[in-house]
Amino acid sequence: MSTVTRPVKPFLRRRPIDGQDMIRIEGLSFGYRAGGFRLRVPEFELGQGERLAIVGPSGSGKTTLLNLVAGILSPENGQIDVAGTEVTRLSEAERRRFRATQIGFVFQDFALLDYLPARQNILYPYRINPALKLDAEARARVEALASACGIGGKLDRHPTDLSQGEQQRVAICRALVTRPKLILSDEATGNLDPDSKARILDLLFEQAAEAGASVLAVTHDHELLPRFERVLDFAQFRERAEA
Amino acid sequence: MNALYLAFAYLRYHRARSLVLILVAALIIFVPIATQTLLSTSERALVARGEATPLLLGSRGSQLDLTMAALYFSEERPAPVPMREVEAIWDSGLGVPIPVHTAFSSNGFRIVGTTLDYFDFRALALNDGRGLSLLGDAVIGADVAEVLGKGVGDALVSSPENLFDLDGVYPLEMPIVGVLAPTNSPDDAAIFIDIKTAWVIQGIGHGHEDVVTAEQIAAGTAALAEAAVVQYQRITEDNIDSFHFHGSQDNFPTSAVIVVPNDTRSATILKGRYLDADGPTQLIEPAGVIQGLVDRIFRIKSLLDVVTAIIAIAAVAAIGLALFLSYRLRAREIVTAVKLGARRGMVLRLLSAETVTLLLTSAAIAAVGATIVSRNAEAWVGWLLALGN
Repeated sequence: MSTVTRPVKPFLRRRPIDGQDMIRIEGLSFGYRAGGFRLRVPEFELGQGERLAIVGPSGSGKTTLLNLVAGILSPENGQIDVAGTEVTRLSEAERRRFRATQIGFVFQDFALLDYLPARQNILYPYRINPALKLDAEARARVEALASACGIGGKLDRHPTDLSQGEQQRVAICRALVTRPKLILSDEATGNLDPDSKARILDLLFEQAAEAGASVLAVTHDHELLPRFERVLDFAQFRERAEA
Repeated sequence: MNALYLAFAYLRYHRARSLVLILVAALIIFVPIATQTLLSTSERALVARGEATPLLLGSRGSQLDLTMAALYFSEERPAPVPMREVEAIWDSGLGVPIPVHTAFSSNGFRIVGTTLDYFDFRALALNDGRGLSLLGDAVIGADVAEVLGKGVGDALVSSPENLFDLDGVYPLEMPIVGVLAPTNSPDDAAIFIDIKTAWVIQGIGHGHEDVVTAEQIAAGTAALAEAAVVQYQRITEDNIDSFHFHGSQDNFPTSAVIVVPNDTRSATILKGRYLDADGPTQLIEPAGVIQGLVDRIFRIKSLLDVVTAIIAIAAVAAIGLALFLSYRLRAREIVTAVKLGARRGMVLRLLSAETVTLLLTSAAIAAVGATIVSRNAEAWVGWLLALGN
């Protein structure tokens, strides 16, 4: 049963889109080896440029779904297509490469590295995967994104010298700097004060829209749901799993 | 390159922790190398000095004391041997005897009374001034000149050995006429004088105003030695002729006699002459004595090696623990890197780049330290060996 407050778009309503789906999942089933938790998603779609929120109780598998979409976890059964690539058929190395080039991650705890200044934190994906080439264009993109996010003058500061809102802006820049087609946001506003939450989310949407990226966001914050085009209550999947 | 960049950034950001780890690792590498270098150089220096001194004649007693006093000018004071033993060697025609009188000191440096043969024997060269030529002249080693800030034209005063012994040793002022070139040997820390000057310091020889004056002779009064007679404590051109020695030179003392035999046969004959265990003198081979000392030092060194190894193991374990805890602290970064698509092995590369950077920096510091020790080992060992004096 959905607990989403109004106004919320209909559950699992397919958004009419012009082109191809960004994410298409069919017959997905997943379980951890330790057992106890199973996830079943018969069908799921995310359109290009769409902004979808996933809500649901803790432990219902929201973050697991993001990890499956990103290729961090592999399903037992089913098919996951992301941006026209069947992730489930990729090798481990190909999935890493795919993740680095096609997906941007925004985490609740920002996951910034304290020993790197903001500029280098944003460029971090280029440092860890050779599929991404760190060139002048990428560096220019850092400047442009940082300016757009209002942290242009703070790129040389370390995360400890930034406010939480500024840290999350750095994390958003890092998610967008590689020009991914899909942004996966895991409780991106969970650690922010109420005023910052809406601003950061709007910023994320704005930048994603500018880059033409879709946004799949896990959130517990129902006040933010109206800002999404669609909301998916994950309790349904959990119930099915328990059944 | 990216792994190295990140490793450097991490080490730079945690600079205090990195510095401690680097210094500890550098010390673990440096200490055994430096110890080994200094010990081998010490061994070489000690053995070389011993091997360069074929035979040593002295009073019967501790061979080590005799060797240390005659070769390293140490504090040991072997019983003196009379100069007749020097004459006996000369008379034998089997070698050249070089007396070494090391009983006195000045400003903490040993005064070595000897003959000009010593300078030829040790191949000592002058950096400044001239060699010994007059009674009272002093030629100083390079370290003496540097430490005391003295040179040709200055003077040294021998230290009084017994202030209350009126018949004993009086301080003598000695002009410095030459400064030796450094040799990284105990000679650098010695003040060389003619052995006769040493006897003057000892009170065997002296200079004073005439005991019998022309007036006394004219008045026909008896000559009388009295306390009012002025005894010179400085040898000058004006009073040098008044210096004289009482008694036979054969009985005058020297600490030891370096004997340079003509050949192996001469050495064997000479050694045979001093085999009598009841005789007052002994003729020893310093190389053997020094080798015994070195062997003893190296037995202690092997114990030190074990202690060093234990400390090194403990330090390596501590570094390992620090790195392990550092890796644990970076677990979140590793998770982030994996989620952002870090390539396979990148995480391991990141962590190993940090470890390798730490170890390479430590090794570089240790190498610089080892090079400095290696380049200065001879000088430092010379200083260390002279420190006992």
